[in-house]
Amino acid sequence: MSLKVRVIPCLDVKDGRVVKGVQFVDLVDAGDPVESAKAYDAAGADELCFLDITASHENRGTILDVVRRTAENCFMPVTVGGGVRAVEDIRALMLAGADKVSINTAAVKDRAIVGRAAEKFGAQAIVVAIDAKKVSEPGESERWEIFTHGGRNRTGIDAIAYAREVADLGAGEILLTSMDRDGTKAGFDLALTRAIAEAVTIPVVASGGVGTLDHLVDGIKVGKASAVLAASIFHFGTFTIGEAKNHMARAGLPVRLDGIAG
Amino acid sequence: MRVALIDYGAGNLHSCGKALERALAANGQAGTVAVGADPAVIASADAIVLPGDGAFKDCRDELRSAPGVEEALHDAVRVKGRPFLGICVGMQLLADIGEERGETAGLGWIPGRVVALDPAERHLKVPHMGWNTLESRGSHPVLRDVPFGAGALHAYFLHSFHLLPKHADDLLAVADYGGPVSAIVGRENIVGTQFHPEKSQGLGLRLLQNFLAWRP
Repeated sequence: MSLKVRVIPCLDVKDGRVVKGVQFVDLVDAGDPVESAKAYDAAGADELCFLDITASHENRGTILDVVRRTAENCFMPVTVGGGVRAVEDIRALMLAGADKVSINTAAVKDRAIVGRAAEKFGAQAIVVAIDAKKVSEPGESERWEIFTHGGRNRTGIDAIAYAREVADLGAGEILLTSMDRDGTKAGFDLALTRAIAEAVTIPVVASGGVGTLDHLVDGIKVGKASAVLAASIFHFGTFTIGEAKNHMARAGLPVRLDGIAG
Repeated sequence: MRVALIDYGAGNLHSCGKALERALAANGQAGTVAVGADPAVIASADAIVLPGDGAFKDCRDELRSAPGVEEALHDAVRVKGRPFLGICVGMQLLADIGEERGETAGLGWIPGRVVALDPAERHLKVPHMGWNTLESRGSHPVLRDVPFGAGALHAYFLHSFHLLPKHADDLLAVADYGGPVSAIVGRENIVGTQFHPEKSQGLGLRLLQNFLAWRP
């Protein structure tokens, strides 16, 4: 098997601007998502994830311009998520140049959107983003539920059952974020990641909690994820994409080192 | 050199167009990339590229509903023999039949079927998503200097189905994913790539340069 595990930086975009600017390179405009995308492309990132956190409906079109300019300026695969409510939103993002579109709350509210989207765009283009939090008490067998609204709203939906359901409906990938770990730098929730990865036959991207390069290795080796996503360790220059991939290669993981100095 | 990049509402045109322009420049070829679905543009093109992102049936329906496009493609590619490149589902459409969500007839330009990936190792996930290396299965002008082998550059894949050509000679390159996955096919003046050359950086650029320099 020579498919490589993927390292995916994620950029939060609001009203067409990067919220936390990339600080590890000399960018002309650190707030321009396209500048950041080009920097990550040059650094050897395997894919890029844009998370649109634009609040007002009137400014939702700004992400389309970002995606279009990114597609024109760099040749890296791009996943776009945030605020995707309908099949029409997916079509607009795909035509702008997104390779994959991730659906979060809309799928929690109405699972059928996953099937409709996969039928239209193919499973390979449809990512379901799952935000999960542990709900079991210490001593109980571990259970996680889907949370929405940045982890504030508990839905009562079991995360593993939900993952199986959206995979059966035609999702091509799961972007799994541990809301317990997000922002903590304590590492992925490996038990959660592994439980989901072993429950489905589609790739799982581990997200939430990366603070060290060993966390990335653990996400693949222990969590059984196909890809790892991180934001702050790359944006704030703690590590470069190249350092991350070289570390993963030394740990025995198959990574793509094209254009990255050893 | 006039390159027609077919816009039928089902492909990543922005990346494709820019990658083709970059390949023309790298070849030192003066040329333009016309994006659209105008049969007159297809008729006057020196080379034709058909992208495709989506489900087989949906892409097939979109192509069929673009007025005059299939007729123009048939005339340019099958009658006049202009070089043609299909990318991803644009490559899969070359087959006789696609099996994604029921059977759908393809263009039938490369005999074969588009079937679901079924990796022999059960732990391998489908879709086949990400970067993989290629192995050559033949010699062809579009393969010249394309980096093949485990230690070489990678190509970007994003698919659950692949084209199995009826004739072994039509399979030009494969990737290994629990068994061979069709990566490049070719027959006469027609080639197709399952991976996305417009996302595949150095390897993709080399392949696009070869395609644009090809005079079948």
